[in-house]
Amino acid sequence: MKVLKELLMQKNIMFKVGLFIFFAWILIAILAPVLSPFDPINDQDIVRKFEAPSSEHWFGTDELGRDVFSRVLYASRVSITCGLITVLISLVVGVFFGGLAGYIGGVVDDVMMRFSEMIQSFPPLILAMVIAAALGPNISNSVLAMAIIWWPNYARLTRSIVISIKGNDYVTASRVLGATHTRILGKELLPNSVGSMVVMCTLDLGNAILMFSGLSFLGLGIQPPVPEWGAMVSEGVRNSAKWWISTFPGLAIFTVAIGANFIGDGLRDYLDPKMRRTIG
Amino acid sequence: MLSLQYQSETFRKDVSDLLRYIIRRLCLMVVLLFGVSVLVFLISHFVPSNPAAANLSQTALNDPEIVAAYEAKWGLDKPVWEQYIIYMKNILVNHDLGTSIRTGRPILDELKQYFPATLELSIFAMLIAIVLGVTFGVISAIFQNKPIDHIVRAVSVSGVSLPSFWFALLVMNLFCSVMNIFPSGNRYDARLFAPNGGTGLYVIDAISWNNWPLLSDVLAHLFLPALVLGFFTMGLITRQTRSNLLEVMSSDYIRTARSKGMKESRVVWRHALGNALVPVITVSGMGFCNLLGGMVFVEKIFSWPGIGQYAYLAAVNLDFPAICGVSLLIALTYVVVNLFIDILYGVIDPRIRYQ
Repeated sequence: MKVLKELLMQKNIMFKVGLFIFFAWILIAILAPVLSPFDPINDQDIVRKFEAPSSEHWFGTDELGRDVFSRVLYASRVSITCGLITVLISLVVGVFFGGLAGYIGGVVDDVMMRFSEMIQSFPPLILAMVIAAALGPNISNSVLAMAIIWWPNYARLTRSIVISIKGNDYVTASRVLGATHTRILGKELLPNSVGSMVVMCTLDLGNAILMFSGLSFLGLGIQPPVPEWGAMVSEGVRNSAKWWISTFPGLAIFTVAIGANFIGDGLRDYLDPKMRRTIG
Repeated sequence: MLSLQYQSETFRKDVSDLLRYIIRRLCLMVVLLFGVSVLVFLISHFVPSNPAAANLSQTALNDPEIVAAYEAKWGLDKPVWEQYIIYMKNILVNHDLGTSIRTGRPILDELKQYFPATLELSIFAMLIAIVLGVTFGVISAIFQNKPIDHIVRAVSVSGVSLPSFWFALLVMNLFCSVMNIFPSGNRYDARLFAPNGGTGLYVIDAISWNNWPLLSDVLAHLFLPALVLGFFTMGLITRQTRSNLLEVMSSDYIRTARSKGMKESRVVWRHALGNALVPVITVSGMGFCNLLGGMVFVEKIFSWPGIGQYAYLAAVNLDFPAICGVSLLIALTYVVVNLFIDILYGVIDPRIRYQ
């Protein structure tokens, strides 16, 4: 809380804008049933399909005559939740294995790092696409596919932080005092990585939402009729003359991602101005 | 004399260091590619999906004989490790990546057919990204905290936040349908041209054939997809160039140059930019990796007959031989490009030593 207060005191417009956009979307996700004028799935009116934006249907209607506005609002629930879950799984798995690899070192470290290099020698989207397609296209499989790709980033970061501080005197001191390995790792080493992790998580949240919508766009994420931004854009590809079908869901993805990126950038500048160089 | 001898000795040591480094990296690359092939093979074989169900019609699926024949034909009834050994033997000995389940054609032929399209597209995308990214980055750094800096930064952040499939769709609708400035779909106008033979890189082919109408047509088809594809990387490069240049501009040797009364433009272009651009090379490598992923969307929307489309079709049709082939090709490209970038990095910046 103190950190947040300090951050808001600073002259950092992009961070504030990002925070505003992101919390606005979280509110929208929570309040979607209240805010939506129509039901996103059941209010179909085939006679009124492909209607341009009007005072009744703010964002127009889609190929089944559903209200695009309501669908965009509802879709925020799926996208933001899936993004969060992906980042959380990657974080937990990555910190666990990265911390272990850095702390134990030797063969364990080597094997772990070669394995993560293998995963990272693929462009992320292609690997996610292959895994999601192979597991069978649905929400949980696409989240799993993304987590499989993402955890090595966290593992590598944790490992490098653990290695850089495990030789410090205070760690040796606590070992001399008889602390167990779990305690050293959990109390002395990992807390040092919290700052970098928070930055990485926020930046990744935007990326995860982008990739999730990408997978859905390709038909590998969420399945119809559940509203999802990427899937809605792909509906717009089939009906490219009806610009409103794809434009509004695309804008939604864009704003969420930009919100997360602004927050991440702001946090990074605040926590460590030097990190700008290493993460870029 | 002594210093000359010293220089030639250090030079020889540098070259031998470089060679040793390259050989070590090549060995690591072989290990990595072996791992990648196992990984892809396992993913595509240990999953609950049933390739027979994905590739046979419903009536054929109801006939157990057809399903059995199908599984026998693709070796789906053998243990996985045996399938893997057969697969690797075919690649290394017979240069045969197998046959695509979806199209029934040899995968190597298909990759050879699709790869040049992707290569051409990614080279142009990288060119656009680097030229625009460095220019914007320099402008942004020179006018730090002025309105133009804010605009450029906003554009570069949006570059990394834009869903590329949506951006591609917007750009295509705007320029191809509404304004009708650029042609859309495919790499050339199939009604006017039928390029045959050559390298498959149509820009080079058109120049070597002196076929200027084809060249302009190919470039017109290439421009929009390359712009969309390069946009993300452009954002990365802009941000990196800006922050590096700002850092370098505050260093002592720049202050010295300025205090000598040197013109500001000369300070920036001759003294600062060279050093500021070194880390940009690394970012370009990262950007290239993203490019390979973004390819899937851009090629799908612009109907570009390249590797991205091929990978997508292979994945959704659970065409396992094609998935393995295309993943190996992409991983190989990625690893080679990264090795190239690491070497380039050291050649350009002599302070970096190979270890």
